[in-house]
Amino acid sequence: MAPPGSLRSPPPGEAPNRPGNPSGAAAASITIQMTPPVEYVLRIADTCLIHAQRLAEWCGHGPVLEEDIALTNQALDLIGQARGLLTLAGRLEGQGFDEDQLAFLRDEHDFRNLTLVEQPMRRSSAHSPGGDFADTVLRSFLLATWLKLTWQRLASSSEPELAAIAGKALKEARYHQQHCGDWVVRLGDGTDESARRLAAALDRAWPYVNEMFQRDAVDEVAQASGLGPARDELAVDWQREVAEVFADAKLSLPPATPFVSTGTLGRHSEHLGFILAEMQTLQRSFPAGRW
Amino acid sequence: MNPVVADDRVAVAWAALAAVPDPEVPVLSVIDLGIVREVAVQGDSVEVVLTPTYSGCPATEVIAGSVRDALLAAGFGDVRVAHRLAPPWTTDWISAEGRRKLADYGIAPPGPAAADGAQVVRLHRRAPAVACPRCGSADTERLAAFGSTACKALYRCRACREPFEHFKPL
Repeated sequence: MAPPGSLRSPPPGEAPNRPGNPSGAAAASITIQMTPPVEYVLRIADTCLIHAQRLAEWCGHGPVLEEDIALTNQALDLIGQARGLLTLAGRLEGQGFDEDQLAFLRDEHDFRNLTLVEQPMRRSSAHSPGGDFADTVLRSFLLATWLKLTWQRLASSSEPELAAIAGKALKEARYHQQHCGDWVVRLGDGTDESARRLAAALDRAWPYVNEMFQRDAVDEVAQASGLGPARDELAVDWQREVAEVFADAKLSLPPATPFVSTGTLGRHSEHLGFILAEMQTLQRSFPAGRW
Repeated sequence: MNPVVADDRVAVAWAALAAVPDPEVPVLSVIDLGIVREVAVQGDSVEVVLTPTYSGCPATEVIAGSVRDALLAAGFGDVRVAHRLAPPWTTDWISAEGRRKLADYGIAPPGPAAADGAQVVRLHRRAPAVACPRCGSADTERLAAFGSTACKALYRCRACREPFEHFKPL
């Protein structure tokens, strides 16, 4: 019996020997034909996916076991939602890309997530220097509220598959919103230190909130075709629900700021590239690898 | 060709499904859990439509595999398993038998989920009382909103002092 290939060193000049990838070639990036419906679905899909990736950084590092499990359970829900949306985006896009190709083989400029979700959320490594548990629960609360309102409206989308995904995701987002809202109140109405750190987290998140309620041509096409809401439709409900929890947390909504981040346009902060490097490396190195 | 009439084959399929456990709550079968939406038998082939419980539930693919294996073992030659998201699964579809099994297993069964789900979220207020599956006391407290799986929460009974899990209404 021949020795397994993985134990063989490649002769000089041959491709590096990677088990499961005999050619040794890395996967090439795919290029998306962006149309407004594809872009609209990718904005929500990528927001779920990248937020899930950030939440997953807490796996094994939660402040208590129960919270470690809660954060990663929310990440699982978000990944499940992203999978459905990416599959739909692939169908709308028309070149036959599946969820895995869209998640693992797109370059940074083809991602359309809100810039907020790519910001560091945990003090974990050299490329993720900022953020703590207060950032995590605050951001998750702001996002869960936004996603819940989005799913509510998408549940009556003219696209049946999108409506089905939303009907399911809505139930999950309610639990996320409740859980993270509980933590916002607990930290904000807790000790001086927890309140100080929650307020600092809000200062860090707030400049990226405007992007959640921007309205552009993609939103207009989605709204006109019945695919889903324009983002600015969500603003009033979002502010009302967030303000209700903030009142109990002794926090106030900061004044509006002029800065508008541009992740939903494919122009990202410096952080997304590092996330993608970690998230994509396996599929890039071992194309279509499975276990 | 087919020695068994179709009605019997349908019964055989449902009986086979009744023996397929949920890998995360093995005391429940997929029938108890209420995730089997349709079983269609045509001759030697069967198609089963399942609805996932949570979007990211890692058991979804394991269950599909177990369903396929069980139906092949029951004598079907061609087994197809499809997933359907809408209408979304709700804990209201867990059978009465399933609820009894959950309680016996030490997991407090879910209360009713409102049609619009609105009662699920009471922002920054405590969830409604859940009775302890061991001693029946309603004097319990929630320790964590998420348990060992997304579908459960962790509770503690103040009366008998035992921890337990609660299957959350969805």
